[in-house]
Amino acid sequence: MQEGRILTATEVNRDLLRSILDTPRWFWPVVMALGLVVLAAAIVIGVMINRGLGITNLNRPVVWGFFITNFVFWIGISHAGVMLSAILRLAKAEWRRPATRAAEVLTIFSLMTAMTMPIIHTGRPWRIMYWAFPYDFARGIWPNIRTPLIWDPSAILTYLTSSSLFVLIALIPDFAVLRDRTTGISHQVYSMLSLGWQGNPRQWKLQIISGVLLSALILPVFVSVHSIVSWDFGMAMAVKSWHSTIFAPYFVVGAVHSGVSAVAFVLILLRKAYGWQAYIRHEHIDALGRLLVVVATGWFYFFSMEVIFGIYGREADEIAVRTLQFIQWPVSAWTMVFVITTYFIPVSIWLSRYCRRNLWIMSFACISVNIGMWLERFLIIVPGLANRQVFTFSWNMYSPSIPEIIIISATFALVAMFMLLFSRAIPLVPLYDIKEGDILKTEIQIGRRAVPAVYRED
Amino acid sequence: MARRPILGLFRDANAAADAGDALKGAGISENDYDFLTDSPYPEGAFGEREEKHRIYVFPFIGALLGLTSGILLTSMTQFAYPLVTGGKPILSLPPMAVVTYEGTMLGAILFTVLGIMFESRLPKPKLGLYDTRITEGFIGVLVNAEEDQHNQVQELMTQAGAVEVKREN
Repeated sequence: MQEGRILTATEVNRDLLRSILDTPRWFWPVVMALGLVVLAAAIVIGVMINRGLGITNLNRPVVWGFFITNFVFWIGISHAGVMLSAILRLAKAEWRRPATRAAEVLTIFSLMTAMTMPIIHTGRPWRIMYWAFPYDFARGIWPNIRTPLIWDPSAILTYLTSSSLFVLIALIPDFAVLRDRTTGISHQVYSMLSLGWQGNPRQWKLQIISGVLLSALILPVFVSVHSIVSWDFGMAMAVKSWHSTIFAPYFVVGAVHSGVSAVAFVLILLRKAYGWQAYIRHEHIDALGRLLVVVATGWFYFFSMEVIFGIYGREADEIAVRTLQFIQWPVSAWTMVFVITTYFIPVSIWLSRYCRRNLWIMSFACISVNIGMWLERFLIIVPGLANRQVFTFSWNMYSPSIPEIIIISATFALVAMFMLLFSRAIPLVPLYDIKEGDILKTEIQIGRRAVPAVYRED
Repeated sequence: MARRPILGLFRDANAAADAGDALKGAGISENDYDFLTDSPYPEGAFGEREEKHRIYVFPFIGALLGLTSGILLTSMTQFAYPLVTGGKPILSLPPMAVVTYEGTMLGAILFTVLGIMFESRLPKPKLGLYDTRITEGFIGVLVNAEEDQHNQVQELMTQAGAVEVKREN
């Protein structure tokens, strides 16, 4: 593999700092449009806090709806970033270089967005402090550490802290490049952020070790986060279809599936938006497509097992939920859409080399996966709760209200806006990583073919 | 006489490595010169000294502190509000494992980051003698030498192919 020509440091700086040093004409109008959507959601949230959760369609028995579905979805997206970056760094895969930073930044913003969802869902956001961090010495109230709803914030905050530090450490050399190319206040800010980086062999050695060491430490955290999110459901004894031991790996693989697809889509957008064709090349998207075939098939295995083992026990509640999911209209139609969009459409696309290298088709496949994975979370949460249980006063199905739809749409706008604004301050493709790749990339002649020879430091 | 920095700028890694050899040949200690680059080069590419570090100790210390904090936080919380639920013991170990695990990993990661900063000798309040062309692909050879050696160092670097040799004002 390895396509594209070797670029000089000047070319790399000029191209990859374009997002920071020049503002494209479309930039501020797009940011403002996204900001308006976020503003609309902020107003709706204000109204919801004032009038209560009654303006949503959440009601017994379906008390977890769009907000929690979206929470699980964004946590899932956040998994790709660090997973992709960490595994590829540990494996020393050469094609990781342009993908890591954007993936890591997507992780941070997805996580931050995910965290807003349960806070909004509480209806009384200020009280979250008493539930998640209730070390209230004055009143003697303590958290119940036996519940996954406390494990969740501990895992997510650990993951957010780790991912942010992971990104920040890798950014120091790039801040130094920006320090050397800016003037005025920007220069002062980047000087502070670069911490006096010179680029001597000791600093580079530690920088390389930090990438590997932090990757190795973050990977177990990454696995724990979505496992714990799955236990929000899996530990619930009362909802039969949620009480499943396969949920942890099923959720983790699902998260990787949706997350890696999201990263591929973001890379395609960045390539187009900032003209980074020489950096984010067809070979990179192709490699992600091949990786996704494996991830998607792993996910499909867990999905099938979850359904098969659910039915195998022949418990009345479980059968009722599966009937709702697979037979009763309209939920059965959503299930059909979910399976087709998550697995059958994208995998058939990714099996073809031509499709993996066609950015329009790849974008379509990646969006398809994420539509399906969003539906998957919805179809786990809502039918499980809507199941007609013995002691439930009101048997009720759920459909989202307009305020819920506005808030959910705004989370997509929020992540996109954060990514764009961040791309104005930091390079979303790591400069030093690209330059290192170019230094190490040389060709050797084997018979009649010139192939890339890459030095790998142990 | 005071020791002051002198910086040679090279376009090419081979020339910078030659300058390093020349400096060593002239009796300048390996600890008194450094190679400044805008991307990591393979270790030993410039014939530079081997850098020793103890970064791997930091995550272990952090993990140990995180583990201890996690155990204390979860156990003391349960004892502070001793409510029996479902006939289970007050000090219930399985749920403690999750928060303790996260605490351990957080401690390890925080200490790794501190270790990286410490071992990289960052933050550095003053950048010192430097040239912005280094982040344009030039290689800087930064020598810390007695002032009376500066002319000799400059000559050695120019002979090795330095495009410019800078001294501190």
